[in-house]
Amino acid sequence: MSKTTEQVRQSLAKRYRAEKRFRAFGIASIAFGLLALLLLFTDIIGKGHTAFFEHYIQMEVTFDADTLGIDDATNQDQLNFANYDGVIRNALRERFPQVQSRGQKRELYSLISTGAGYPLRDMLASHPALLGQTRTLWLLADDDVDQYFKADRQGREDSRLTPEQKAWLTSLDDNGQVKKEFNASFFTSGDSREPELAGIWGAVCGSFFTMLVTLLLSFPIGVAAAIYLEEFAPRNRFTDFIEVNINNLAAVPSIIFGLLGLAIFIGLFGMPRSVPLVGGIVLTLMTLPTIIISSRAAIKAVPPSIREAAMGLGASPMQVVLHHVMPLAMPGMLTGAIIGMAQALGETAPLLMIGMVAFIVDVPAGPVDPATVLPVQIYLWADSPEQSFVALTSAAIMVLLAFLIAMNTLAVFLRKRLERRW
Amino acid sequence: MDTGNLLLLVVVMVAVAYYMGRQRSMALARPLGGIRHLHSLPFYYAMRAALWCAIPALVVLGLWLVFDDSFIRTLVIGGLPADQLPASESARGLLLNQINNVASGALPVDSVSPAVAAAAERLGHLRQISTMALAVAVIVVGMLGAAWGWLKISPQLRARQQVERVLQVLFMLCALIAILTTVGILMSVLFESIRFFGKISPVDFLFGLKWSPQIALRADQVASEGFFGAIPLFVGTLLISAIALIVAVPVGLMSAIYLAEYAHPKLRAFAKPALEVLAGVPTVVYGFFAALTVAPFIRNLGESMGLDVASESALAAGLVMGVMIIPFVSSLADDVITAVPQSLRDGSLGLGATQSETIKKVIIPAALPGIMGGILLAASRAIGETMIVVMAAGLSANLTVNPLEAVTTVTVQIVTLLTGDQEFDSAKTLAAFALGLMLFLTTLALNVLALRIVKKYREEYE
Repeated sequence: MSKTTEQVRQSLAKRYRAEKRFRAFGIASIAFGLLALLLLFTDIIGKGHTAFFEHYIQMEVTFDADTLGIDDATNQDQLNFANYDGVIRNALRERFPQVQSRGQKRELYSLISTGAGYPLRDMLASHPALLGQTRTLWLLADDDVDQYFKADRQGREDSRLTPEQKAWLTSLDDNGQVKKEFNASFFTSGDSREPELAGIWGAVCGSFFTMLVTLLLSFPIGVAAAIYLEEFAPRNRFTDFIEVNINNLAAVPSIIFGLLGLAIFIGLFGMPRSVPLVGGIVLTLMTLPTIIISSRAAIKAVPPSIREAAMGLGASPMQVVLHHVMPLAMPGMLTGAIIGMAQALGETAPLLMIGMVAFIVDVPAGPVDPATVLPVQIYLWADSPEQSFVALTSAAIMVLLAFLIAMNTLAVFLRKRLERRW
Repeated sequence: MDTGNLLLLVVVMVAVAYYMGRQRSMALARPLGGIRHLHSLPFYYAMRAALWCAIPALVVLGLWLVFDDSFIRTLVIGGLPADQLPASESARGLLLNQINNVASGALPVDSVSPAVAAAAERLGHLRQISTMALAVAVIVVGMLGAAWGWLKISPQLRARQQVERVLQVLFMLCALIAILTTVGILMSVLFESIRFFGKISPVDFLFGLKWSPQIALRADQVASEGFFGAIPLFVGTLLISAIALIVAVPVGLMSAIYLAEYAHPKLRAFAKPALEVLAGVPTVVYGFFAALTVAPFIRNLGESMGLDVASESALAAGLVMGVMIIPFVSSLADDVITAVPQSLRDGSLGLGATQSETIKKVIIPAALPGIMGGILLAASRAIGETMIVVMAAGLSANLTVNPLEAVTTVTVQIVTLLTGDQEFDSAKTLAAFALGLMLFLTTLALNVLALRIVKKYREEYE
């Protein structure tokens, strides 16, 4: 055996170990990435699932005309200004007659949400005969109470509630006067300072109008630009310059587009702040490069034989594109558009710049009403000091992620089912 | 009539023009013996009439909306008595605001001077006239255009060529929006930055070591003038980006190598899209995760080891940002690694190298330019990332490279300077645009460099 062979043989074990190490490192890297993804999702779901339920407390509520301060339950003005909180407070005092001191009363009152009166108003409005009668009603609990019931033993001890409040709640719970229900208002109401009243419907509507504007602008413009660049543009420096621009814009930080929106659309053109229209225009500029690039790829994938056949039958270049190339490239273009929309739906930073971070309670009814969008709502809630907002934030994130997953699944589906391989 | 209804009306007018154009071309074709005696198909005649209606009407509408506000403003200001007219630009703006508020009913009329009340009335009146005149102008122009388009229809008219030319120009205008956007970005950050540098010298901005952009409320206030030295922001940005890259580059690169060279196709089919999900998660979600889960975890971990960790440490933000940019590194690296010709691998393996030796000594050197391009793109992404740092990094500028302390970044400062209600030309808001300019130039340089490297590399193997 020669000396070299001997050397190689001796080094082999070491080289194989190195090979194994290298592979292990590769597996570890992938595992790290997947683990991070898993951790992210479990963390969000673990924090957010409780927000889909909330607690109600049962009370014997008397619609006392004197306490409400009204005499006619059919009068809309009187209904709007009636003292529903007073009625609820009476009910609480009746349930716990031993509570006497002023401070304790205040603690007792704080068990019920400040928004619990609205359902009473609606009941009274639809059944004016209720005035003066007593009904057994489920009233929305305050968020601290809600947190208390959702917490485990340790969490209950750490709760912000006072020992008296906890004792009252235990008594209510033992009597079966506490129930947990699906939090429908989370999906149907706008933002609020009170966690138990806050919902995402306003933000969802804002996102919808913003996305509508973005889609209506970016898809036609993006497709038209892609057609021009692929089919009609002469190969010269100017076209190259456009291409370089598009590629660079795709990598410009999104916050810069926000600065553009603030300086040009709001500062120069005097468009209003905080409206989906401006948000949609800014997001259009941001998603255009994505749509143009993917549309160009889709157009490129259409084989030249199709163009040549159409030309040979006497179609003009524009007819070739509009009648043949574009329909064949449409699935690819749509896929690109959906991916671009998903990007825009998750975008926050540029919208902060154009004032879509305002606290807006009303649900927007159109693209020129002040609104916020889902990611910005998440940002706003994440900044709130109250503990209950953590669960709400996570729940809102789950809704946002559900939309994104749905959109991306649709894109994958379109690509698989409709895209033709030539 | 408001703009939305007017647009709807234009759509209706265009539809009518299309229909009429089609009918007329068919009617003209009938005596000749069918549409094959026309130069173009009826569709093109109809389209031509529709375009003649739509384009002039929309141009009038657009120009009117852009200019009517400033025009009315000039008229209102000009209508004020000379002694009421404020001298400075900003005072004039304030007065206009007041007039506006009175006109919209936000301010009661009796709380302002009679001149202002009169101006508010004038403003409301002018606005009314403007919307009326706009509606009339749009309708008349649209109808005239449609009529012209309709009248010109004749069997010899080269309608198809004309319509196609208009379409092609429209397509080109759409492509030009990319350039307009770049120009718009440059203009918006450049102009405001120049105004900023008129107040604060560029040298102080670029090399100053202290950042505290407070503007004095009173003249005698302590620390009354703001400090606009951006070095702490640059250092903070670089620190967080560096942490992110330290996480993302090895992990992204190794997963790309493993998936491209070793993995079973089934694992690849699952793991590649799964990793790319990381890039699809909105950044605000990462920010929430960093601020509420990772940062407290690192803080507790540090405390159990006896280290003093800030609750908004650079480490937390950097780590999470690193996770976010893993797919940027890995998918580009994957592209370039799979593009390396198989012959290089076969040659190396044939000489007796192990697979990892082939990767380290042959494939990575061959793919290096592409990988570098990917890393540069990831770096530009990290520098420009906003929401993670806004939510998880600090607000106060702190000149340090200790990853356990809180630092602030360029993007955080842009957001905090601009999300309040400031007047538009204070040094504070202008500073945000100067920072934006720096950010834009940096990322632009990184992107251009990266794209050039990647393009060159692609050419080498194609």
